[in-house]
Amino acid sequence: MAWTKKDLLGLEYLSRDEIEAILDTADSFKEVSSREIKKVPALRGKTAVNLFYEPSTRTRVSFEVAAKRLSADVINIASETSSVRKGETLIDTGKNIQALKADIIIMRHNCSGAVNMLARHLDISVVNAGDGWHEHPTQALLDIFTLKEKLGKIAGLNVTIVGDIAHSRVARSNIWGLTKLGAKVTVCAPKILFPVGIEKMGVKVSSDIEDSLKNADAVNVLRMQFERDEGAAFPQQLEYFKTFGITCERLEKAKKNIVVMHPGPINRGIEMSSEVADGSSAVILDQVTNGIAVRMAVLFLVATATDPAPPRP
Amino acid sequence: MEEKVKILDKEAINRAIMRIAHEIIEKNKGTEEVCLVGIRSRGVFIAKRLTECIQKIEGKQLFCGVLDITLYRDDLALASGQPIVRKTEIDFDINNKSLVLVDDVLYTGRTIRAALDALVDFGRPKSIQLAVLVDRGHRELPIRADFVGKNIPTSNKEAVEVHLDELDGADEVLIVEKN
Repeated sequence: MAWTKKDLLGLEYLSRDEIEAILDTADSFKEVSSREIKKVPALRGKTAVNLFYEPSTRTRVSFEVAAKRLSADVINIASETSSVRKGETLIDTGKNIQALKADIIIMRHNCSGAVNMLARHLDISVVNAGDGWHEHPTQALLDIFTLKEKLGKIAGLNVTIVGDIAHSRVARSNIWGLTKLGAKVTVCAPKILFPVGIEKMGVKVSSDIEDSLKNADAVNVLRMQFERDEGAAFPQQLEYFKTFGITCERLEKAKKNIVVMHPGPINRGIEMSSEVADGSSAVILDQVTNGIAVRMAVLFLVATATDPAPPRP
Repeated sequence: MEEKVKILDKEAINRAIMRIAHEIIEKNKGTEEVCLVGIRSRGVFIAKRLTECIQKIEGKQLFCGVLDITLYRDDLALASGQPIVRKTEIDFDINNKSLVLVDDVLYTGRTIRAALDALVDFGRPKSIQLAVLVDRGHRELPIRADFVGKNIPTSNKEAVEVHLDELDGADEVLIVEKN
């Protein structure tokens, strides 16, 4: 299928076919990173701008590596050192980047919906690298890509997402993507870390970790973001590990070939034990590698998007 | 209405591939260091058939790879509908090999130009030769084939369609008049 969207804002806005188009394209791009010369000229002469209003290493670097392997030029803007500090609005910043004739803005922002707003005001492509509690589409795509690579399919899989569902854009994007592709999703967290109305997203809700793992083909363990802790709402770290932490003992009672994922960075001994993180079930570093192929696919597709109804020559 | 003329049938295609296989062996004085790479999509099947032919004649195994040139196209930026990127599979070392690039139709030469750029990213072969089932003329770049199944003089208003059993359910080459 031909890709027609100039932006990637979230998996909520994509059809099943569009998600599969990204995964298929990523599968083709994976080979590029295994070459001796890890570069193809597909986006030569295009400029991608990393506009990050929140700290990030792995996502930013992953996008930068992806863009460079496509031969695009990459410029990094961190909000702390930019005109944002002088009070420039997001839309003004975006329009200035557009006036510099950049082709793609890759943005992370602490406000949910900021990426959608920017995309509406610009003609150039905008890719969501995580916005508030809303979506982190490329993370979910690389999770799904890795799952498909390990288990051969997505439809019919039981996937359990454990952790702070309420504040997690990774969970939200994964739920959209997985359910669209026909997986059965269970979310598992302390009751206070579920957002209101989570059942409406078509997932099973549980606060019993052992029960949630019982039939799971895969478990995606979210990072507990203690740095965002605003006081009473968060559980104690040790208490969390005892009640929800993924340990070898808990995995022994689960399916034998269960796949353990984590978007990183891991809090060892809080979300999962070190034995699990370094164990044979974990695919955490495969996720990082696959992230490059997925982001190459996304950048390539948005940069070469065709009009919804192209006139046939 | 489109008018179609059959230029090659199943037997003619088989004979052309058999002859090219012999020519490849002759030109390279055997198959030492020879490997084949087919360009997606129909070049892949022709390369596989050539590889089988050569292996049967010489009794030695040959490497055969698959090349997708989409990312190297010179018209990527033009609005000609989005191309689909498919996998490249060259899982052998091409350094110092005599590499035979295989495609179905040689026309403007732009596909071959892209393929040469792509191959250079994989290493430095001793030589790159070009085998095509059909050469229809109208080159836009200084490129020519080393092995040709059939030269078919065409006008730019015509299209050459290669159908292969593996993909299209029949072996035939047609010239189609575009009105």
